[in-house]
Amino acid sequence: MSSPARVVVVGNPNTGKSTLFNALTGGNARVGNFPGTTVGTNRATLQRPGGPVELVDVPGTYSLAASSPDERVAIDAVLGTGRAPAPTALLVLADAPRLVRSLYLVLQLIELSVPVVLAVNLLDEAREAGIDVDLAALSADLGVPVIGTVARQAEGVLAVLAALDAVLADPSSATPGPLHPWTEAMDTDCDAVSATLPPHLAAQGAPGTPRGRAMGRWALLSADPAGRLPGEDKALPAIVVARRDALAAGRDLEAELVGTRYAWLDARRASWLGTGMPPSAGGWSERVDRVALHPVAGTAMFLLVMGLTFTALFSWADPMIGAIEGLFGWAGGWVSTGFDRWIAAAPAAAGVLVILRDLTVDGLIGGVGGVLVFLPQIALLFLFLAILEDCGYLARAAHLADRVLRTAGLPGKAFVPLLSGYACAVPAIMATRTMPRRRDRLVTMMVLPLTSCSARLPVYTLLIAALFPATIAGFVPLRPLMLAGMYVFSTLLALIAAVVIGRTVMAGRAEPSLIELPPYRVPGVRVVLRTVWARSADFVREAGGIILVATVLLWGLLYFPRYEPEQLLSGPEIAAAAAQGEDLDALIAPLALERSFGGRLGKFVEPAIQPLGYDWRIGIGLVGAFAAREVFVSTMGVVYGIGADADEESAALRDRLRAERRPDGTPRYTPLTGVSLMVFFAIALQCLSTLAVLKKEAGSWRWPAFTLVWMNALAWVAALLVYQGGRLLGLG
Amino acid sequence: MTLDELLPGQAAQIVRVNGQSPFRRRLLELGVLPGTPIQRTGQAPLGDPLTFEVRGAVLGLRRTDAAMVEVLP
Repeated sequence: MSSPARVVVVGNPNTGKSTLFNALTGGNARVGNFPGTTVGTNRATLQRPGGPVELVDVPGTYSLAASSPDERVAIDAVLGTGRAPAPTALLVLADAPRLVRSLYLVLQLIELSVPVVLAVNLLDEAREAGIDVDLAALSADLGVPVIGTVARQAEGVLAVLAALDAVLADPSSATPGPLHPWTEAMDTDCDAVSATLPPHLAAQGAPGTPRGRAMGRWALLSADPAGRLPGEDKALPAIVVARRDALAAGRDLEAELVGTRYAWLDARRASWLGTGMPPSAGGWSERVDRVALHPVAGTAMFLLVMGLTFTALFSWADPMIGAIEGLFGWAGGWVSTGFDRWIAAAPAAAGVLVILRDLTVDGLIGGVGGVLVFLPQIALLFLFLAILEDCGYLARAAHLADRVLRTAGLPGKAFVPLLSGYACAVPAIMATRTMPRRRDRLVTMMVLPLTSCSARLPVYTLLIAALFPATIAGFVPLRPLMLAGMYVFSTLLALIAAVVIGRTVMAGRAEPSLIELPPYRVPGVRVVLRTVWARSADFVREAGGIILVATVLLWGLLYFPRYEPEQLLSGPEIAAAAAQGEDLDALIAPLALERSFGGRLGKFVEPAIQPLGYDWRIGIGLVGAFAAREVFVSTMGVVYGIGADADEESAALRDRLRAERRPDGTPRYTPLTGVSLMVFFAIALQCLSTLAVLKKEAGSWRWPAFTLVWMNALAWVAALLVYQGGRLLGLG
Repeated sequence: MTLDELLPGQAAQIVRVNGQSPFRRRLLELGVLPGTPIQRTGQAPLGDPLTFEVRGAVLGLRRTDAAMVEVLP
């Protein structure tokens, strides 16, 4: 066999699909390019007796008719309409406690005439609920191999692999053909539609063949109310005509397409599940929900879970961030020492080597460190999200937040992306792919950069520690309160922005919102870890390169042009410094910086930011913040000659900010300047990576450009109001 | 009556699913079909959305959306 057989693993969300995939592949899978609800499109190649088999895990879906970008990834993989080739076979997961509902998708897949192996998972949950699935009867009725599994305990995994081997050797054994007839009218409609499908879909099967008719049914069900197929700009006339004629004839096409399959399933369910009472989702999930969804206890639990998440986030991430900073500081020092030895050995090349040393240490090593320093907070927040998602609580949290989000014109599904924004807007914007409606997705993406991402934290920490007393009135801890205040401010701002955008630029009716609350489960370690890995990889891939390049560029802006001490200081000044044993380089650093390209840029923007209480030095910091917001802190370190390794805990930098004076002798940094700066940082969109990922996800530069303009304009106005208003009130 | 009028714990049978696609389509595909039994299990802490159990699954639906489903207790 030239290329490996391709098996796509597909099933409803929350059926343990990722768990089964991990069990099948032993965890040696690569994460692909399409992040989904929980994990990306994972792939793994298995060496089987019949040859290599590539297993592809895709986001969960309830149906072949996509209602979110995420589901479309899964459906494209199944149909072979995406970038990847069509699958050789499908491994479909059904959910034993919700068997009939998950078989609806199975029927759609069998109709495609692709070989199907059915794994009925969560047999343990079904047994607990008193449901006994007759797998043999199910297999006989469906005409495909059926294996019972408990993926969590790796039960049935070998049987699934054996069934896959058999089906790949003899595909006809799992391709039963049409299981039930459709009405003559439906077949006519489907043939008419499939005859006019766009080329890449028409290639799937000629009209009148089982596959052609299945594609016709898929098109009739998938097209939007205007008759457009997913990814197409124009309506397909045959679909519009078929729908109009059906309406005129009193037929409900949608109900027919869905209902016929359910009718076939409901007529046979007794032979698979027995004739007992229909199973109840109940059990202990229902008892937990009595607390988790209780008006008082549920709200308290929500606040407690969110509070614990953020507390743990900050206290656990700190040591890791320190370790990363330490590691890169050590690496920088090591490389620097090496260069210095080299410079001493080759004085002729010293000029070039010094620049090369500074580029490597401050630009490259500093840049990579600047990317990785974000990982602890991002990985930790996604660890908490993955645990909450896998145990079933995240859906409840979104369910609870729905009422609040609705006020802002957003569906409950906006909750997880917005929450992710507190780590980093880049993976958060990608997480909007689970949202069904494009308008809601765009609104969420556009307000999401307002949530207080981890790069803002060092800026707030520095300003609060430098400019505000530790306590007021003797005992009230002011600093933590101010920090918490910034998070509350950013949350309210994001919601208000959603209301305003949702009523103006993106005006539209509130669309229905539907959230499934899966049963509570013990989270699976490997599924959780893989999610954390996938999300962290998203960040490094989408933001890492941009942050690195921007850091090197910024280094160049602040480093060039180079000056000799003689150009900046007079002869006597140099002599005096030498006599007192002062380091000339340190002495000229702030002067050289003022004359650097970055310094000139800072002076250029100074008139625009002066009304906010800032000078050109802060201007340089604001320019630096475009690499990543927290670069503001190290840029201020450079500006004040403390060094690029100054962080928000640096006492020298704090003291320097406090000591800095205006020409008239008053402090440059007052608490009022601090608030004005924090408000500016809370609102402004300064992150190049966010803009890049916005462009990618929204599909055009229009939305990132719009977001850039309104957020920065608002940031300017708000900081102006704070500063000038404060001055009018006699503050600062 | 409609789904949003069911009391907590009250069961009913679905008669008709109104509303517009893609929402209506998704409801039908989740097995919210005429003839199917459905039960209101509760509601979110802030009183909305409501939760319903249908075909062994728990779904959260806003009151206004639940009003799209006609039921017979």
